[in-house]
Amino acid sequence: MRTFLQGMHTVMRRELAAYFATPVAWVFIVIFTVLAAAFTFYLGGFYQRGLADLEPFFRFHPWLYLFLVPALAMRLWAEERKSGTIELLLTLPITISQAIVGKFLAAWLFLGLALALTFPIWFTVNYLGDPDNGSILAAYIGSWLMAGAFLAIGSCISALTRNQVVAFILAVVVSFGFLLSGLPLVLDAFRGWLSQGFVDGIANLSLIAHFDAISRGVLDLRDLIYFALVIGFWLLANLIILQLRKAD
Amino acid sequence: MIEARSLSRHYGDLVAVDGISFTVETGQVLGFLGPNGAGKSTTMKILTGFLPPTSGTAVINGHDIISDSLAVRREIGYLPEGAPLYGEMSVIKFLQFVAHARGYRRAEANSKATKAADRLNLGHVLQQRIDTLSKGYKRRVGLAQAVLHDPQVLILDEPTDGLDPNQKHEVRELISTMSENRIIVISTHILEEVDALCNRAMIIAGGKLVADDTPTGLIERSRYHNAVTLSVDNLQAAASALSNLPEAAKVEVRDDEITVFPEPDSQLLASVNRVIAEQGWQVNALRLEAGRLDEVFRTITSEVEQLEELA
Repeated sequence: MRTFLQGMHTVMRRELAAYFATPVAWVFIVIFTVLAAAFTFYLGGFYQRGLADLEPFFRFHPWLYLFLVPALAMRLWAEERKSGTIELLLTLPITISQAIVGKFLAAWLFLGLALALTFPIWFTVNYLGDPDNGSILAAYIGSWLMAGAFLAIGSCISALTRNQVVAFILAVVVSFGFLLSGLPLVLDAFRGWLSQGFVDGIANLSLIAHFDAISRGVLDLRDLIYFALVIGFWLLANLIILQLRKAD
Repeated sequence: MIEARSLSRHYGDLVAVDGISFTVETGQVLGFLGPNGAGKSTTMKILTGFLPPTSGTAVINGHDIISDSLAVRREIGYLPEGAPLYGEMSVIKFLQFVAHARGYRRAEANSKATKAADRLNLGHVLQQRIDTLSKGYKRRVGLAQAVLHDPQVLILDEPTDGLDPNQKHEVRELISTMSENRIIVISTHILEEVDALCNRAMIIAGGKLVADDTPTGLIERSRYHNAVTLSVDNLQAAASALSNLPEAAKVEVRDDEITVFPEPDSQLLASVNRVIAEQGWQVNALRLEAGRLDEVFRTITSEVEQLEELA
């Protein structure tokens, strides 16, 4: 276990440093915080609602993550393949799982940082009114978990290709499917020929369904388990893909 | 010690490596020679644990590459083809990363990184970003990461490819200083490199091991081995006189030189000298050929290609 953590930590530190050694980190943070604020005030009607909560802020996070997280995740493995450094990395005494978890955690921590940097909106709502800060904290945690789910999807798909653009587009499409699976648009398509149990199952896979309660500040254990399972599933798929086709 | 036991690797229908077996002992500098696509890189990728073999296995210092891949990777230093590096890192940060990945902690990791950099004369570019370095320096960083943990087995895939002649010379010097008490396996398609660096050479073609010898041994297989080349004023007359020698198997005239090929185990040079003295020729140049590695290489690898075309 200790050696697992050491190898993972080594990869994670290198990855985190890489974000800040290139413009990736700064571009991402600026775009993320600006868009989050813009959505809250213009689309979410933050002022017009007259409520002291951050629901209009969190409501748009799934849509923000839909494009921004694949943009962050696309380089995770595709870049290593393209530049050949995957051969360097995986011939060091580091296991594939250490590399996958290390890279995932680095990107996830980075997303956590970007999310934390939206704190002015929290100041704002506290200045204007008297919100339930416990709910806001719960929603932040839920949002970060959801970001992790998007990230795990993106990481897995990035391992399929050496082309980052392909990785980005595929990750957006797959994430979009996950987002929408709870909406009538998708469910109606299944309703005609699948039993209600299956339709409910598909609806249950939806990121939105699980984030909905969280964005209102309700942190249900089932939602936490759901996000943990989604992350685990996609990282496992990531591992299998890399084991099968390391060198292609 | 490296012991490869009938290693094979298939990519779909393509057989990249086809049942290669060999043993390498400490102190040997082994050169993998072969045309592009012959299976040199694939063999190296298998030995370093990057690719699993389709069948067969190899044992490196007592560790099996399949069942004990992590231990194998600890033992060896590897420079992948093209020396891929994390370009956005500084030289010292990159070497420290490799040291951490190799299990060294804090101060020890730092000292290993600095030592590796010193060894490859990277001291004055430590803080520079790797992607701003010249190709020669990048290659040195690649070598520094490979030798950082003082590995007993060093596997270098085309270490001088794409470098200018000065950089090539420099990298060769570095490799030969590292060759004591180690196993070094290098792949190359530059023939003089094998002659300059290696004490053993293997030619791989079509995924098969087609020759395994010392560089001198390979050169001696050349039809030019012990041939005599001379330049005289009257070429045609001299050529016909020399072809009458019992020691001469064949005489070729090219440009303004005559090359006389010897019968096996004959003293051709002495006979040629005797003829020159008897005939009183004006000799402008005379040399005994050691053999030509490029000719051996072409002969051996084209035989394989012809066999493959027949099959």
